[in-house]
This record gives sequence, structure tokens and C-alpha cells, in this order.
Amino acid sequence: MTEPVPASPNAIAALADEGPESPPRSQWQDVWEQFTRHKGAVMGAGFLIFVTLAVLVGPWIWPLDPQELDIRNKDLRPIYSALWNGTANVSWAHPFGTDNLGRDQMAQMISGGRASLAVGWAAMLLSLIIGTAIGVAAGFFRRLDGVLMRLTDLFLSLPILPLLLVAVTLFRQPLRANFGPEGGMFILIVTVIGITSWMPTARIVRGDILALKEREFVLAARSIGTTPWKIILRHLLPNVLSPIMVSATLGLATAIITESSLSFLGVGFPSDYPTWGKMLADAVPRMIDYPERVMLPGIAISLTVLSVNYLGDGLRDALDPRLRGR
Amino acid sequence: MLTFTIRRLILAIPTLILISFVIFMLLQLAPGDPMAQVPLTVPPEVREQMRQALGLGEPPLVQYGKWLRQVFLLEPAVFIDWMTRDSLLLGWLPDTSLYNGELRVISWQTRSPVMEIVLQRIPQTLWVVGLAYVVGILIAIPIGIYSAYRQYSVFDQAGTFVTMIGFSIPPFFTGPLLIVIFSVQLGWLPSIYDTTHVVNDWDSFVVQLSQMVMPVMVLALQITAQFSRYMRASMLDNLGQDYVRTARAKGLKEAVVVNVHVLRNSMIPVVTVIALGVPAIFGGAIITENVFKVNGIGQLLITALFANDLPMVMTLTFIFATLIVLFNLIADVLYGLLDPRIRYD
Repeated sequence: MTEPVPASPNAIAALADEGPESPPRSQWQDVWEQFTRHKGAVMGAGFLIFVTLAVLVGPWIWPLDPQELDIRNKDLRPIYSALWNGTANVSWAHPFGTDNLGRDQMAQMISGGRASLAVGWAAMLLSLIIGTAIGVAAGFFRRLDGVLMRLTDLFLSLPILPLLLVAVTLFRQPLRANFGPEGGMFILIVTVIGITSWMPTARIVRGDILALKEREFVLAARSIGTTPWKIILRHLLPNVLSPIMVSATLGLATAIITESSLSFLGVGFPSDYPTWGKMLADAVPRMIDYPERVMLPGIAISLTVLSVNYLGDGLRDALDPRLRGR
Repeated sequence: MLTFTIRRLILAIPTLILISFVIFMLLQLAPGDPMAQVPLTVPPEVREQMRQALGLGEPPLVQYGKWLRQVFLLEPAVFIDWMTRDSLLLGWLPDTSLYNGELRVISWQTRSPVMEIVLQRIPQTLWVVGLAYVVGILIAIPIGIYSAYRQYSVFDQAGTFVTMIGFSIPPFFTGPLLIVIFSVQLGWLPSIYDTTHVVNDWDSFVVQLSQMVMPVMVLALQITAQFSRYMRASMLDNLGQDYVRTARAKGLKEAVVVNVHVLRNSMIPVVTVIALGVPAIFGGAIITENVFKVNGIGQLLITALFANDLPMVMTLTFIFATLIVLFNLIADVLYGLLDPRIRYD
């Protein structure tokens, strides 16, 4: 009998797994890395944060009242027009100039952006909540599927902009009477945009849920007695988060444009309450003499929507693992 | 396929009736009164008679029933009469005279039949919006093909950027911008679309062309943005498929591979999306028509809304809804016809 040779400590050490050189990467780290590689998306996110902060803290930095009439200083040109036109009527007290009633354009831009972005965010959240709820219900509960999808088809076949206009002209008076002219219009516009734009989200979410609920992890969750409510919250919703986020950015962009269109057509907020779309519409008749009054709100709307669209593009690339790393 | 089409057509009828019911009941809540413009010296009983003449003063359900009868029986009757009496196509048939002077859907603004006004407005909308649709698609398809073929090239990046701009700049900004540049500063193009302009020789044709350029381009920018994205995505899907490699392996020219094999397959989803967009042409571009003062359908709808002309609003929204339902169905059928993998049974 031969004695078992004691294994040398070196050989055992060689067999042992080496620890991973870098710490494990979480899913969100991957997403973040892919996201930062998309230049347009990063710039879009940066601009969106900038605009949001500017309209939030702007009134403290630029405390002029947007409604204050200063008729002696009416029709001032923005400060930069002095660069090419030495005789332009400019003043450092009003860097973006004033309108035909002497209201400060900078303060109007800030408070107009506040209204536009607030409507955009609120309408987007509302349509997201409705869309996700209906999509999850239709995908998860087979009995509800037929009814809810017919409802979605019905809403998709409604002509949206005409109906928006109808709804706004119909419900303007009662809501104004109850919530005040600005509050009432805010509620009306947000609700109307929200309930007419949830359908794409609902369809995408339903499709994903239908595929997800047949997967093993849902079966496993069901087998240990998880209630349907918990399955939806813990297992399904986190998995449909990425399409929801992408449609959220698209929803924000369309909501901002829709609100501006309504304001442009004159069915938006009351006439003394500035929003970007309303400033643009008011400036169009005098656009030849004062082009900046069209350009400033127009550029603000376009840049905001452009940045949101780029953000959505980057999010779609970052959140979809199949598109990652290209 | 045929059974599917028939089933969908039959299903569309209750959908449309439900939609019209919803819109009608919504409009019943409208605060306006069509008698508001009538002078106060008109005695109340005359006022009541005028109300009756407009079809008001009955319960909403009865009004809805009457509206349904007017739209589904009287208007087709008027149309068939017109076809057999005045149209070139069927004018040789004996006059049917199905319509005998009953009350049609009457506009509260002009007291004339709604359908006649709609027919007056349709050509302007079709010319401007329809042409923009065609121009937009013709620009979008080559852009989509080339950006997909050279993915991430400079052309593709620039195309993506232009697309993003097309998505992001609303028409109520591009419209005034173009007017300032081309009508005011350069003086090349008229800023207002003159619908009374008659084309009868070359000069008037040039005028017509120049007044159409700006509204068509504003709309075409948005349409191009939308369709070049679809085209690019669909081409990208197909360029990676196995049959493309097979086609190249058997020695086909690259142009044939891309423009015949890949393009034909990529057009399937794009064609259905094009079909889905057609109702928007008839719906008119409310904002663009407003900016360039084109008196088309969109402008008709918005003036009717502001004037509280409920029969007009009701009929127009119903026409839009019908077109949307119809073209959804057409898109589904097209998809099934073009793609043999799709089975509806």
C-alpha cells in the first residue's frame, strides 16, 4: 500500500477559482453606460433638466411679474439685437425685450415654460397610469382582454385633435367656474390629453405582459402562492418598465406639442396666462416687425421636444439589451 | 381572407354606431344655443318654431335617431340621385329620384346642407394635404433605404437628425417661419393660399404652384420624418435576414439585392402604415390650414366649433371616424394580402 501523497498546497491554490477582477456589474450600470454613449440622449437629458430647473427656480432669479404692464417700455427688442442694429431699442432691464403691452418677455418665457412643462409632465403621467393599468389588466386577466382591447380600438378610431377641441369648448365653462380660470383649464387640458393618448402604451404593455406571464418565473411565483396583485407588482411591472419609460418620453413630447397647438388655436389657457404656444400665437400677427417674439417661444418648444425625443431614443437603446453595445 | 374582410366589415357597423352615439351625446352637453344670434324682438313662440325647424326641442335620443336616418338614408339617396343625374360616369342611367325634399343635415351657420359644404371644401384639403402626403412619402422612402443600407454613416446620422427635427418642430412654428423667410424677406412666395385662383394657362399654374409650396413643405417635413423612420427600421430588420445572404451568395448585383429583394419585403409594414395615415389627409391639417389660410376641412371644423355649429361638428367627426375605421380595416387586409405568412383564420 502506498501512502497517499499529501497534495502540495500550491496545486490546490492553482485549482481554486480566482476572484473576478472587477466587481459585478448591475443591470442599471450597463444601462447607464450604454446611455452615456448616446451623445444626443445625454445632451437631450441635460437640456431637459436645464429647462425644468430654469422654469422651476426662474421666478426667484428673475422676479419680475410676467403680467405687469409697463407701457412706457413697450416693444423693447431683445438685448442681442443691439449686436447688428446699433439703433435698436434695447434695455438691460429686459434682456429678452418686452411685448406690445410692455410685459417682460423673459418672465413670460419662464412662466410660459412652467405651464407648458407642467401640462406635459402631468398629462404624460396620467396617460402612462391609464395605459399601464389597462395594458396590465388586459394582458394578465384573460376575461378582461377582449373588452379592454375593443375599448382601446374604439379610442384609437376616434379623431383625436377634433375631439380635443370639442371637449375643450364643451367643458371650459363648468371647470372654470369650479376651479378658477387657470386651474380649471389645467385640469381640463391634462385630462383631455391624458385620456386621448394612453392607447399606444396600453397596447405595448399588454403585448409584453402576454408574453411574460407564460414564463417560468411567473409560474414559480404562482406555485408558491403569490397573489395575482403581488405577481403584477413584483414580477411583471419591473419587466415592462423599459417600454413604459420609452413611451413616457414620447408621451411627454406629444403632450407638450398638443398643449401648444391648443393654445395656438386659441382654446388653451385664458388670454392673460402665458404659455409658449400662446405667446407664439399672439406674436404671429406682428411677426414681421418683431420676429424674436415668434422665435423665442418657438425655439423653446422645439428644443424641449427635440431633447425629449433624443432622450427617448437613447433610453430605447439603453434599456433594450438586444440593441446594446452597437 | 374574404371571410375575415366580411367579418371585420360587419363588426365595423356597431363600432361606428357606438362612436357616433358617444360623439352625439358629448355634443348634447355643449353650452351654446343656436338661437343666441336671433334678435330679442323675435317673439318666443316664433323662436320655438325656429327651434323645431332646426330639428331641436326633441329628446336627445329622438334627435340622434333622426340624425342617423339623415346620414345613412337621405345623404346616400341624394348622392345616388346626383350620380345618375349629373355625373359623367353613371349619368346615362335613368334618374333615380330617391330623394324627395326631406330635411337633410343642416348647418346652423349657413342653413345649408352640411354635406354640400363638405364637398366644397374637400378639393382644397385633398390638393394641399394629399400632395404633401405623396411628396413626403416620395422623399422618405429613398432616405429610409439609404440610411438603413449605410447604418451609422454620416448620411444616416444627418437623416436621423432631420427626422428628429421634423418630429419636434410643430407646424405652427415652421409655418410662420417659412412665411417670414420666403414671403416677407425674399418675397418669392405668397403667404396666403388663394382658393379662388383658377388654373387655365401656364402663368396661373405657376402661381398655383408657388402658393402650394409652403403649406405642402410644412406638412411634408412631418410626414417625411415619420415614414423615413419606419422605412429605415423595416429595412434594417430585413437586411440582416438569411435570404439576403443567399441572394448575395448566388451572385446577384447589390442593387438587385437591396432594391428588389430587401425593398419589397420592407415595404410590407410601410404600406400598411401609409394606409393608416390616409384618414389624416381627409381630416385636413387643422393647424397648417389655419396658418396658411387654406379653407379646407380642418378650417371648416374649427370655425364650426367656434360657431357652435353642432350638426357640422357631429357630421365631420363622424366622417373622420368612419375613414379611420375603414383604413384600419384596409391596412389589416393589405397586410394579409402582401405577407403570405399572415393568416387571419
